[in-house]
Amino acid sequence: MKRTNLILLVVVLVLVSLPLLLPVPGGLQEPFAGADAQAKDAIIAANPDYQPWFEPLWEPPSGEIEGLLFALQAALGAGLLGYYIGLRRGQSQRRKQDGGDAGD
Amino acid sequence: MHIMEGFLPPLHAAAWTAASLPFVVMGARSVAKITREHPRAKLLLATSGAFAFVLSALKIPSVTGSCSHPTGTGLGAILFGPSVMAVLGAIVLLFQALLLAHGGITTLGANLFSMAIAGPWVAYGLFKLTRSLGGALAIAVFLAATLGDLATYLVTSVQLALAFPDPVSGFTGALAKFAGVFALTQIPLAIIEGLLTVIVVNLLTQYSRDELDELAFAPGGVK
Repeated sequence: MKRTNLILLVVVLVLVSLPLLLPVPGGLQEPFAGADAQAKDAIIAANPDYQPWFEPLWEPPSGEIEGLLFALQAALGAGLLGYYIGLRRGQSQRRKQDGGDAGD
Repeated sequence: MHIMEGFLPPLHAAAWTAASLPFVVMGARSVAKITREHPRAKLLLATSGAFAFVLSALKIPSVTGSCSHPTGTGLGAILFGPSVMAVLGAIVLLFQALLLAHGGITTLGANLFSMAIAGPWVAYGLFKLTRSLGGALAIAVFLAATLGDLATYLVTSVQLALAFPDPVSGFTGALAKFAGVFALTQIPLAIIEGLLTVIVVNLLTQYSRDELDELAFAPGGVK
């Protein structure tokens, strides 16, 4: 199982880094822009009269603050995920040590 | 898949909010039922939410030369059923709408429908289908998470095409345009989400057998 997961993780890493190593598709003004922003631009390009009728209540004042909040979101999620897996791993190991037959 | 704040006409925004509301209510009931009947699984439920939290924060480059993010909603959908993801997804989308100006309050209903409803239901349906056809657990998990992720972005494309049909080619032309932005970019990311979900399920079957048995998830083990 450990080996399978390691192989899967390597495949993920390759998939993530491949677009960065391959030549960027031509004709892009800004490489690796967000798809959400591209969709917004497509709407504005096709419907120049459209006026957004609501503004975000609050916007991160800079790209740095936005990065901080995105990092916070990822850290909270990864933190709980790691805590859970670590907790259960410890519990299942203790059960095995206590002589219980935990299966695999 | 985030439709930006104010970028759906009021009628569309209201319609998608109305369509999502019953699912959120159903999801809240489902969460209450799970915490009541399976108190031991509460931490796993929170962890499923955490998985969506971290995956939807990761902007990943794609071969199309743009960036997008996975949704992470397939894991919770196959473990707890698709309903709970409406609630967990709402937490993610509210965090991003209020603190990151990503998505929005007026577009929350539409974004909920794509990420927290359509994606999870597709994932859940495919998981059950693959398992009933005798597919291995890892294959079922991969297909569910990957195609659930893609479904989310296809729904976003449909939502935008409905709101902004092309003056010449109408809905179909607009759908092709928005799907070109979202769905193509998403294909490698959806595969990444599928693989990461398989990794987490592998860890769960190894260390969390008790909880999975309580939830009647993949009874009889992985083989």
